[in-house]
Amino acid sequence: MTTQSATRLAGRVAMVTGALRGIGIAIVERYLAEGAEVVLADLKADSDPDVLAVMQRLGQAASYVRVDVAQEADWEAAAKVVRDRFGRLDILVNNAGVDCVGPVETLGLDAWRRIMGINVDGVFLGTKHFTTLLSETGKTTAAGSSIINISSIMGLVGYSETSAYNASKGAVRLFSKATAIEFAQKRMAIRVNSIHPGFVKTPLLDIGMQRWADEGLAPSAQALIDGLDSATPLGRIARPEEIAGAAYFLASDDSSYCTGSELVVDGGWTAQ
Amino acid sequence: MTIALPGVIALVTGAAGGIGRQLCKAMTAAGATVIATDLAAEASGIDAALYLQHDVSSAADWSRVVATITAQHGRLDALVNNAAISIVTKIEDTPLAEWHRLNGINVDSIIIGVQACLPLLKAGGKARPGGASIVNFASVGAMRGAAFNAAYCTSKAAVSMLSKCMAIEFAGLGYNIRSNSVHPGGIQTDMLESIMQRYVDIGAVPSLAVASAGVIANHPIGRLGRPDELGGGVVFLCSEAASFVTASELVIDGGFTAM
Repeated sequence: MTTQSATRLAGRVAMVTGALRGIGIAIVERYLAEGAEVVLADLKADSDPDVLAVMQRLGQAASYVRVDVAQEADWEAAAKVVRDRFGRLDILVNNAGVDCVGPVETLGLDAWRRIMGINVDGVFLGTKHFTTLLSETGKTTAAGSSIINISSIMGLVGYSETSAYNASKGAVRLFSKATAIEFAQKRMAIRVNSIHPGFVKTPLLDIGMQRWADEGLAPSAQALIDGLDSATPLGRIARPEEIAGAAYFLASDDSSYCTGSELVVDGGWTAQ
Repeated sequence: MTIALPGVIALVTGAAGGIGRQLCKAMTAAGATVIATDLAAEASGIDAALYLQHDVSSAADWSRVVATITAQHGRLDALVNNAAISIVTKIEDTPLAEWHRLNGINVDSIIIGVQACLPLLKAGGKARPGGASIVNFASVGAMRGAAFNAAYCTSKAAVSMLSKCMAIEFAGLGYNIRSNSVHPGGIQTDMLESIMQRYVDIGAVPSLAVASAGVIANHPIGRLGRPDELGGGVVFLCSEAASFVTASELVIDGGFTAM
């Protein structure tokens, strides 16, 4: 059941949201390396120079669709595009997410709603609009289709001044379990699992750390990252490709009996 | 970074059982050199480079196994602690000696095994990106209680926490050895069959068919797992792709614990 070939996702179609950077692009590159066709979804317009540059680099097996994951109409359109172009979807990675930092007593309701819209509504809407296609596809493969929701260690444990992010990622964790049970009991051939990365060296982390530094909570962003390195049992934060490895396992037939599971990739952070 | 085990030296305990055989097969297919061990003096049909007799509750046996691996390879990259037993009894009918015997095999074996293998694992950790990997077989029984399985579930909860403590300690000491636990749900094995038969013997259920239906009903996916559905997870945990995965619990249970 395990082989060393780099084409273990050959013939499979994957869609990854938040695909242009950080964990998203690492997952895209991993799936492409394993032979999948990958649809990248992100906020930028098709004609954006960044999008064009990424697509040029990734080659023929990659395609792009603009999706604001908080907008249902965007998901409806994306589902139609994927069905028309490929007629199948084997893997959906709900990776798009934003952070939100600040004391709860001054957290604006609009900021709360924005993060919930992207981190939670986005996972719901993606699942909702691709369930039919994923189920149709899953019934034709040995291990079924796979939805992979990128939660966080912050979906497992609390952290100061990140209440909205914590709440959103906790919601993703349980939404994953609920849909896993629902699809399994209805024999819909879709597995659903969540990944819980620890701190990962991504643009989102850099921006978040810079914001904390700007607010005077630390002397510099680098000082904050150094602190995260030393607070992680493995002694360093993760590289994006170390999350992509987990996303590949959950996408592959090797995880055929994994559904409703939480795969924690945190260098030991939450085990302390 | 791949999910493969090229050049990996791996030790798999409980290798003659239903799950153990499939672990050996998956790891060998992924490129590992597998040393398979189990209680029997000899075993056939195991997909491994070498088979050794090994009572995991015996420190002397661990020393003998480690001496062989040291002589042949000088390092160990993956230690898969899979050997375990189950006893199915009412709590009031569980003899303390049986409780101790079970914990000796399921829990003590891991601490004495890791102690014995540590020099080899340190050598493996130095040699490989992603580090050496210890995979400890726990169970969904470490996360959910079950009637008539107090000894088994308690032992597996201990395995789960021991796995985390080793992970944190080895990370802090800079050994480059990761440690994770695997938590299978109900897997089609002779062990599960005998557990279900015990439910019948105890009078908890009228028949094996009822016992089986009850166990399957705990799994939203609607079936028991196959032994070959665990190998991929173990290969992942032992591979470089899992380089940031330590002190984690990999649940492979068809949705059992998500309900």
